[in-house]
Amino acid sequence: MKNDGPLKSLRRFLGAAAAATAGALATLTGCGKNEVEAFLQHNFRELSKEDLKQVIARLEQDAKRKYGKHITIGNEPALQGVIFGYALDLSRCIGCRRCAKACVKENNQSRDPQIEWIRVLQMDKEEGVDITHADPYYNPDLVPREGHFYMPVQCHQCRNAPCTKVCPVGATWQEKDGIVVVDYNWCIGCRYCMAACPYGARRFNWGDPMVPADELNPVTHYLGNRPRPKGVVEKCTFCIQRVRKGRYPACVEICPTGSRKFGDLADPKSEIRYILENKRVFIFKEELNTKPKFFYFYGV
Amino acid sequence: MEMLRAFARFAADSLGRMLSGNRYYYAWVGFLLLLIAAGSAAYLGQLRDGLIVTHMRDQVSWGFYIGNFTFLVGVAAAAIMLVIPAYVYDWEPIREITILGEVLAVSALVMCLCFVLVDIGRPDRFWHILPLVGRLNFPTSMLAWDVIVLNLYLLLNWFVVTYLLYCGYTRIHYVKAIVLPLVLFSIPMAVSIHTVTAFLFNGLASRPFWNSAILDPRFLASAFCSGPAILLVLLQILRKVTSLRIKDEAIFKVAELMAYTMGFTLFLTFAEAFKEFYSNTEHLVYTKYLWFGLQGHHTLVPFAWASAGCGLAAFLLLLVPRTRKNWVTLNIGCALIYASVYIEKGMGLIIPGLTPDPLGEIYVYTPSLTELLVAAGIFGVGFLVFTLMLKVAVPIMLGEMTIPSD
Amino acid sequence: MSIPSLHRFPGRVLRWGWFLAAMACLGAQDIQVPPPPFTEGIFPCTACHDGTNLKVNRQRRELKDMHSDIVLKHGPESRWCLDCHDPLNRDRLHLDSGELIPFTVSYELCGQCHGEKLRDWRAGVHGKRTGSWNGQKQYLLCVNCHNPHSPHFQALKPMPPPVTPGSIQRKGGAL
Repeated sequence: MKNDGPLKSLRRFLGAAAAATAGALATLTGCGKNEVEAFLQHNFRELSKEDLKQVIARLEQDAKRKYGKHITIGNEPALQGVIFGYALDLSRCIGCRRCAKACVKENNQSRDPQIEWIRVLQMDKEEGVDITHADPYYNPDLVPREGHFYMPVQCHQCRNAPCTKVCPVGATWQEKDGIVVVDYNWCIGCRYCMAACPYGARRFNWGDPMVPADELNPVTHYLGNRPRPKGVVEKCTFCIQRVRKGRYPACVEICPTGSRKFGDLADPKSEIRYILENKRVFIFKEELNTKPKFFYFYGV
Repeated sequence: MEMLRAFARFAADSLGRMLSGNRYYYAWVGFLLLLIAAGSAAYLGQLRDGLIVTHMRDQVSWGFYIGNFTFLVGVAAAAIMLVIPAYVYDWEPIREITILGEVLAVSALVMCLCFVLVDIGRPDRFWHILPLVGRLNFPTSMLAWDVIVLNLYLLLNWFVVTYLLYCGYTRIHYVKAIVLPLVLFSIPMAVSIHTVTAFLFNGLASRPFWNSAILDPRFLASAFCSGPAILLVLLQILRKVTSLRIKDEAIFKVAELMAYTMGFTLFLTFAEAFKEFYSNTEHLVYTKYLWFGLQGHHTLVPFAWASAGCGLAAFLLLLVPRTRKNWVTLNIGCALIYASVYIEKGMGLIIPGLTPDPLGEIYVYTPSLTELLVAAGIFGVGFLVFTLMLKVAVPIMLGEMTIPSD
Repeated sequence: MSIPSLHRFPGRVLRWGWFLAAMACLGAQDIQVPPPPFTEGIFPCTACHDGTNLKVNRQRRELKDMHSDIVLKHGPESRWCLDCHDPLNRDRLHLDSGELIPFTVSYELCGQCHGEKLRDWRAGVHGKRTGSWNGQKQYLLCVNCHNPHSPHFQALKPMPPPVTPGSIQRKGGAL
């Protein structure tokens, strides 16, 4: 984190100079104050409390204008001493995709162009976990189908994340509670992180995201499910707007077979720790040393 | 103060030269401006609707733009193919034309920066990548390194060219102590720009096709044969349309060096293919998709074999002295090398690296009309930069353009 | 099958006793479960099985007069109703020891054979459990997901697949 004194003050000076120029430009070009502020906004990690309050107020205003709905953009920090972990029971998942759809609703993902953070793969029991025999487009009348098992994939919130390493502007990083987040107002949309992710977990807003106003979830988090602009990357954040308030992620709550388990890895009495200690657990693409916090296990 | 006035004169005179010429010049520049206009119109559509107007999607998130960028970084690096014999080996025939290689490097780098700009989703946030003002993730991100070395190399070449031309214009002998170190420094810089660009790709464990140590040498080898290919053709054109004297042996020497680097490129390609096919792991899918197709998708196969075929033919044409010194076969060889490396960098590198995607899906990517038009526009920009710079450089090199003595 | 000692007590005392004991157990384990998902009007069973009008018939057979809608597909051929339902007190299930338990803690019965599942279920690892990851949790009864008479988890209709990347176009047509 670049917080050294002289550099910071230099940046503040440049920022102020830029702001002054931009202010002049704004009056000349007729751009609104909001657009200029949006243009000049700095990386989330460098904003002061005051700046952040203004940013959030501006974003809530923009959302009100766009959707005609009042939304709240929270900024809950990570809970002390908590590290989130996730486990998915491959012997129980039936591939019904209710998790993927609940995620879309909870996290305000674009309906058109369609974005779904969770991708459920239909695998061959004979081939095992082999992505060359994976099919995300299965559509039978009933699931599970004979001879197949189902493997949903989403962001693994890796401890040794390849995506945060490669971002040229530091728009994505890992928070203290282990969630890998994206600052949608800092991302330049170069998509290097998408090339780096071995789980295909990141999504890009190729066009203007469209969420029907009546389906918009108004309870949002700045680093999570707030409405995103076009041209930026997004992904699963373990429902940061829920879990930092003690709730389960939406996918965990909706799963009808109870295949999804979530908890605090630092709490020895949590169900996630029980799974890691008692069940046969494996890590997807373990040889890549991403050290994810998303585990697959066999509950049977 | 004197120097400022002289430089202002130089700038004004240069501008004058750029804006006047014969009808062929106007036709050529007009054609380039047309390309740029078409590209700009297409780009405006992309700004309005987003990158959805391209055919890139989550499954293949980099495509034509980045392919062109990678190829052009190689072209820019190739300027040192002239610098090394000229300055390290002090070979006079090439020394006089080194500046042309540097002009090519500047044009190629301008195109590289344009291709990056049109590829990112938020070009309005371009300033985020600037150190101090923005937040550059240096030294962890290879893209951050690329930003630094590309701009440094651009600055270096632009400075050397401008300085040499300014000295030529004012009839002052250039200060060797300034030029020589910079020119020599451009050698490791040229290697660095393509090394960093290669590291961009081969540092990603998620893409086994790219995650190979041999990728960097392959990049350098193919860069050093593709850049000079363009240069050789341009040198011949310049000899015809201006009174610039370029010795035959300079051209043949560069062609010989290209033969060796193309040979090395072919060898490295073969080494890569051997490793994939012989060890026959799951990672073979990417190489297989490229050379033989996968699950009924054969889009890339003809391109892969065409690239290899062109490369082999070019290698033989340029290796054998008889065909190398024959102007017809020499130029065929240059065209074949250009085609071979262009295809290899775009379709032979970017697409197979991303197909199948990390979850095994095959999405067949082909550039959309917008991507083709924008790329054409950017090539228009590059050629325009090259043309305008040469419009000033050649007269100065010939001594026809000097500061009026008042 | 009966426990002679307990039959000294009147039915309602037994019912309340077991209920209180169950609640105590629940309180100790902090397992909040919803009420058993009875079919409308089927409970209390003793409304019909009051011990006088309907005689207890311990013969293993296919039920034809009543409860014919129940398809029994739970384990081997030898399994049948009174293996779980107490013949003398139809408002109760009985454990292998003869102990009677109310329907509200039916998981105790399931856990006799499916001990590993019960252990995992208590830890929150088997089956759906909602609530807060750092606070109160709500469990479901086994029977909320598994029909006790034919417990195999029913297949579901999957929600629609994602769109293919090639079909994502800009609004108003492709270029």
